[in-house]
Amino acid sequence: MPETIADLAREVRSKNAGPFWITMEIFLRDDAGYALVADPAFLDTADIARLYRIDADTIAMFRIPELRVVKISFPRPVSQGSLRDRDIHAGQHHVPLAAFPLPSY
Amino acid sequence: MNEVRVLTPVGMLGGGFPPETITRGLALGADVIAVDGGSTDSGPYYLGSGTAKTAAAAVARDLRLLLRAAATAGIPLIVGSCGTSGTDSGVDWVAGITRDILAEEGLDLRVATIYSEQQATALKDYLDRDRVRPLPPAGALDPETLESCTHIVGMMGHEPIVAALRAGAQVVLAGRATDTAIAAAVPLMAGLPAGPVWHAAKIVECGGQCTTNPRAGGVLATIDATGFTIEPLDPDAACTPESVAAHMLYETVNPYTMREPAGTIEVSQARYRALDDRRVRVEGSRFETAAQHTIKLEGARITGYETMSFTAIRDPHILGQITVWAALLRRMITEWVGGTLGLGPEDYACDIRLYGYDAVLEEIDPATGPPREVGVMLLVNAPDQATATAVAKVANPLMLHLPTPDMDYLPSLAFATSPAEVERGAAYEFVLQHAVDVDSPTELFRIHLPEAEHA
Repeated sequence: MPETIADLAREVRSKNAGPFWITMEIFLRDDAGYALVADPAFLDTADIARLYRIDADTIAMFRIPELRVVKISFPRPVSQGSLRDRDIHAGQHHVPLAAFPLPSY
Repeated sequence: MNEVRVLTPVGMLGGGFPPETITRGLALGADVIAVDGGSTDSGPYYLGSGTAKTAAAAVARDLRLLLRAAATAGIPLIVGSCGTSGTDSGVDWVAGITRDILAEEGLDLRVATIYSEQQATALKDYLDRDRVRPLPPAGALDPETLESCTHIVGMMGHEPIVAALRAGAQVVLAGRATDTAIAAAVPLMAGLPAGPVWHAAKIVECGGQCTTNPRAGGVLATIDATGFTIEPLDPDAACTPESVAAHMLYETVNPYTMREPAGTIEVSQARYRALDDRRVRVEGSRFETAAQHTIKLEGARITGYETMSFTAIRDPHILGQITVWAALLRRMITEWVGGTLGLGPEDYACDIRLYGYDAVLEEIDPATGPPREVGVMLLVNAPDQATATAVAKVANPLMLHLPTPDMDYLPSLAFATSPAEVERGAAYEFVLQHAVDVDSPTELFRIHLPEAEHA
């Protein structure tokens, strides 16, 4: 049984979008998975804000049915390459999103 | 021209591609070869120091194939963001490699260089005239920030590249340019509509990234009056409507619109249709010309000098209370550095990272549970290298022998190297996220085109 967003997805990824933004995509396997994850009642900016400890007002979400993709962008919390930056390409920041639990679990 | 074929062999010059990519692209009638030479993706060091991420030998290997192809087919070669960050030193670096190859191969091509580095004093004039705008999430720019940068570049659009080609250049080596401008230049010169041209340029910018096998090699985009067609150059790879549309997601904040110096790419109405099992047709892309032409700036400055030290822990007793141990390490370093070097928190900064425990994600990490082993990285940043190294050396006995509070003996931990400390030199940060309003698309850029030797 699927328990997390990762279980419904072909790929969950994150990356820099320029030096000052992070962007993430969830590629869902099928329409049912997309319908669930794209539902704002399941996943919205408030959830992302809680997961990443950032301000919800700074988050942009795009729901793209024709690709079965949910895309999330927000300003990089830590300046790229600075002393406290532990993920220079922001390539591992999808993990909290991928581990987000599905309803009823 | 009714249509223009743009060949992009690879996402970044020096990344490598099979020679067949070029043979196939030329056989399909490529009109121009466009390849990106850089990116900010690997961090501020490259712009800050004006050095390249790629190895000279890797750039030379790719350039040799591309220069031969350009000479054989009589088509232009355009390289953007030379030397990773597009500084003047990066352009000169790629130009030097190009010169050597042309001489070795006995090729005679006119090479234009376009410089995009900016001086803080000149930019302050724009600031004084209220012609510099912050881009999200940045705030207003102050002149001190400009002065603090070791290098500033402006991102050119297609216009300086077009100017160089019109002046007779066969090879254009551009400083910092938008990823799209290098592919857009020739089709725009041919009078093709901006919507399909810019969208195609965005799709090809990462080479095979828009195909079903991103490692297979480059792509060819054929742009005409009503849209564009995209196909991979590896016969075993395919473009599908999904793989092409999905490329608009890659490293973009917004998948529907992208700002260029001259306007905005708008693809929300674009339609992607399979022509066969490996070629995709795209129509309906638009480009909205902006009322004000803008040039985006990138700048980096030195934050200090860093020294790194790395030890490792395997003892389960310490691993069982690793956060307690790390907090003690932090407190002891602060005390010992204060006592030994007389330095306070304002004189240096430390980052202690527990690799194997939570180094990458820290408090947002969803996982819990004891680690099997932990690598402890100490990263020290100070105003000069000697201070950073002195702090790391004072911390050395702690990183070797620090026990947890409940131990009555001194453990010896596993340093990874001898000496444990590595001097990293200057550390940098990106500081500019601003755009300059310009009257002319070329005013911030300098085009050099030597007279042809055998004209």
